[in-house]
Amino acid sequence: MKDLLNRWLDGEFDAFERMPELQEGYDISLDRKHELERSAAERIESLPQTRQIAEKERKAFHLWYVIAAFACCLTLALVFLYMTAHITAYGRENPRAEAIADRYIERGTEETGAVNAVAGMILDYRAFDTLGESHVLFTALVVVMLMLKLDETNTRKDREDYYRVRFEKYYPTDKDPILRLAGTLQGSFILLFGIYILLNGHLGPGGGFSGGAVLGTGLIILASSLGDADIDHFLTEKRFRVFTASALIFYILAKGYVFFSGANGLDNHIPKGTPGAILSAGLILPLDIAVGVIVACTMFGFYSLFRRGGIGGDETDD
Amino acid sequence: MDFVCNFPLLSILLCMISCVLCTLISPKQARRLTFGTEIAVLAMSTAVLAFTLNTGKPFTYVLGEFPAPWGNELRGGALEALMATAFSAVLICCVLGGQDYVRIDVDGSKQNLFYTLVNLMTSALMALVWTNDMFTGYVFVEILTLSSCGLIAARETGRTTLAAVRYMVMNLLGSGLFLLGVVLMYALTGHLLMVPAHEAITEIAAEGGKVPLIFTLAVMTIGLGIKSGLFPSYFWMPDTYGSSTPTGAAILSSLVSKGYIFLLLKIFLRVVGDEIWKDLPLRWVLAVLGMAGMVAGSVTAIRARNINRMAAYSSAAQIGYIYLGIGIGGTAGYTVALFQILVHAVTKSLLFITTPRLAAVSGESLLFEKLRGSGKRAKNAGVFFTAAALSMVGIPFFAGFSVKLFMAVSAAEYGNPAVFAGVMAVLGISSVLNAMYFIRTVVLIYADRKDPAETEAGSVTSGKVPCGSATYYAASVILVLGNLFLGLFAPVSVNMIRQGLSMFQ
Repeated sequence: MKDLLNRWLDGEFDAFERMPELQEGYDISLDRKHELERSAAERIESLPQTRQIAEKERKAFHLWYVIAAFACCLTLALVFLYMTAHITAYGRENPRAEAIADRYIERGTEETGAVNAVAGMILDYRAFDTLGESHVLFTALVVVMLMLKLDETNTRKDREDYYRVRFEKYYPTDKDPILRLAGTLQGSFILLFGIYILLNGHLGPGGGFSGGAVLGTGLIILASSLGDADIDHFLTEKRFRVFTASALIFYILAKGYVFFSGANGLDNHIPKGTPGAILSAGLILPLDIAVGVIVACTMFGFYSLFRRGGIGGDETDD
Repeated sequence: MDFVCNFPLLSILLCMISCVLCTLISPKQARRLTFGTEIAVLAMSTAVLAFTLNTGKPFTYVLGEFPAPWGNELRGGALEALMATAFSAVLICCVLGGQDYVRIDVDGSKQNLFYTLVNLMTSALMALVWTNDMFTGYVFVEILTLSSCGLIAARETGRTTLAAVRYMVMNLLGSGLFLLGVVLMYALTGHLLMVPAHEAITEIAAEGGKVPLIFTLAVMTIGLGIKSGLFPSYFWMPDTYGSSTPTGAAILSSLVSKGYIFLLLKIFLRVVGDEIWKDLPLRWVLAVLGMAGMVAGSVTAIRARNINRMAAYSSAAQIGYIYLGIGIGGTAGYTVALFQILVHAVTKSLLFITTPRLAAVSGESLLFEKLRGSGKRAKNAGVFFTAAALSMVGIPFFAGFSVKLFMAVSAAEYGNPAVFAGVMAVLGISSVLNAMYFIRTVVLIYADRKDPAETEAGSVTSGKVPCGSATYYAASVILVLGNLFLGLFAPVSVNMIRQGLSMFQ
């Protein structure tokens, strides 16, 4: 037993996987497997040594960790206070720090064609950062998909089905008329508002990230009020992937073209248009739409993966 | 402008496109696409390396229509090109060497997502290497962090999830601190691009405003130090490297932390500038933490009972060498730090690719007691492991020896007897400790088993992994050759690094 505990502490042995008993064969029944896993975890927890260690850790945590945490925070706070005494005070003029911002504000509209200086900044002056930023969202989506999407390794198929059937029996979202109507109404207006923010990004407050967040919210409200079946009709996993991928690839190709032509001193032939018109500001509008699609897909993807471990219907249903 | 100058941008965009495409295709196609992308990136990086060595001048690449202080920028010199070439070459070996295990460890429906993350990681590494902008650096640090979590968690066992969460917590703390540093730097200088920020910092330093500068740099250093496993914060390493699938462990240990360190070095040398940085007390803190890491990492490695955890702890020691080199400073110090980045990338990836092969003939166990005699059962893995271990210890002809030699030379060149004595003492202790656990392991894998009956039982391979597939052989042989090249022809790469450093600032 002590050996078991040491191995566990060394990280060699995991209470949640590959039990010694399990190695006898992979064909044992699921119930037997769960039982073995549970009993192993319980066995480790019930060991007297485990309790002693837990007790020790608890004491150490309560005393030293609290003291250390306080000390760290206090030191950092003092260090930063000391530092603020040495930088330009808030509200005081700091010509060095304002030169760039002033230029963005003064010449932004003229150079990018966007009335909204923020849109001009993130999608034209510093578009490469925003390209990276949309890939951060994409990365997060892929990682969540990798961890939470149901598959043979992480699913106890029998349990999942059992809970799903029970859940839908007691909370039949798709049969509640009040919820359906309220959800549809609310969701449609939110979607419309999201599209407005998205298309208005270069003209006023708004843009891809905020518009996409609103769109994502609308989708989530629709999905949770209408039930899975209705959403699965139009948003299968394959379509979801294609949406995200085409938005990203459009962004990469369009902006790659601008980067390439700009760096090589070529004219990119993208008309800036009249500032203030809906079709103006060069690529900013289409890029806003692409970013919006990515953000909305990421938000909806998170919701769907966390709620039921998958996005849309199975690909076989497509 | 020559067409070669477009290659940094093209390599980053190519990786991004291929990562997106990977989500749409089958695992097999995704693997091939990833491999093709890596080869293309390697070819482009090599072309840039040849170009910059030839012209002897760095080039800046304006991303879009707006030049330096307003728009984003990439910058290519020989050093960046050398790092990009080495990183992409090692990445190819990691992907090739571990792909048999990806098939087993990652669920069939998710293998293409795994390769998506590998591509994202490549694009982030390339962007960190080429960028000339601090905020771009931060954005791609985020991509690197998130995709690392994915690579760890891709093998869905309880422990990898735990390791990924722990890694995430530590790394987000680091990212947060680094972002804080970037913000402070922006408040101080008004610039995010490195070259204009450097000009502003020169003015600030001339006016005597060093206090906020030191704090800003300290915050950035702590942030990236946590992420790369500098001394007090290396305890996330063993779980992370020890439990993930071999490709993930190899990439994380050999490349990801190096990407962070390269960004940090860029901030020290390009944003702050060597003439200001060398007078700041911060570098001595780095040197001391590096030395502490060299000893502490090795001591914990000796106590490990699992070969992967031992290799992970030894990473902490090797990262210490890099920080010691940065701390010693001067051309000699930076050269040895950068050389160690290359050497460790080549060696550690080889270790993590071979250890699972040793485990495969020992009843799928990475415990030392089970690994007895595994070098005889899996002969090729034994040879490759021995080569990597000898390099880690610092046996002549292997790359690890050159690092220790150059480290001693750079300490001597610094010209302070106390510094020289200190560095030599720590180098000596660290080498002895390295030898204690790596030589012990080599002896162990060639020793006979205590119980002959066990030999019968344990030698049966599980049959899940082909004992030696062609891709694994190719990757290991390339890595061993790379190691020998860095060891026997060290002056070649060191000269390249020196040339690159001269055009780095």
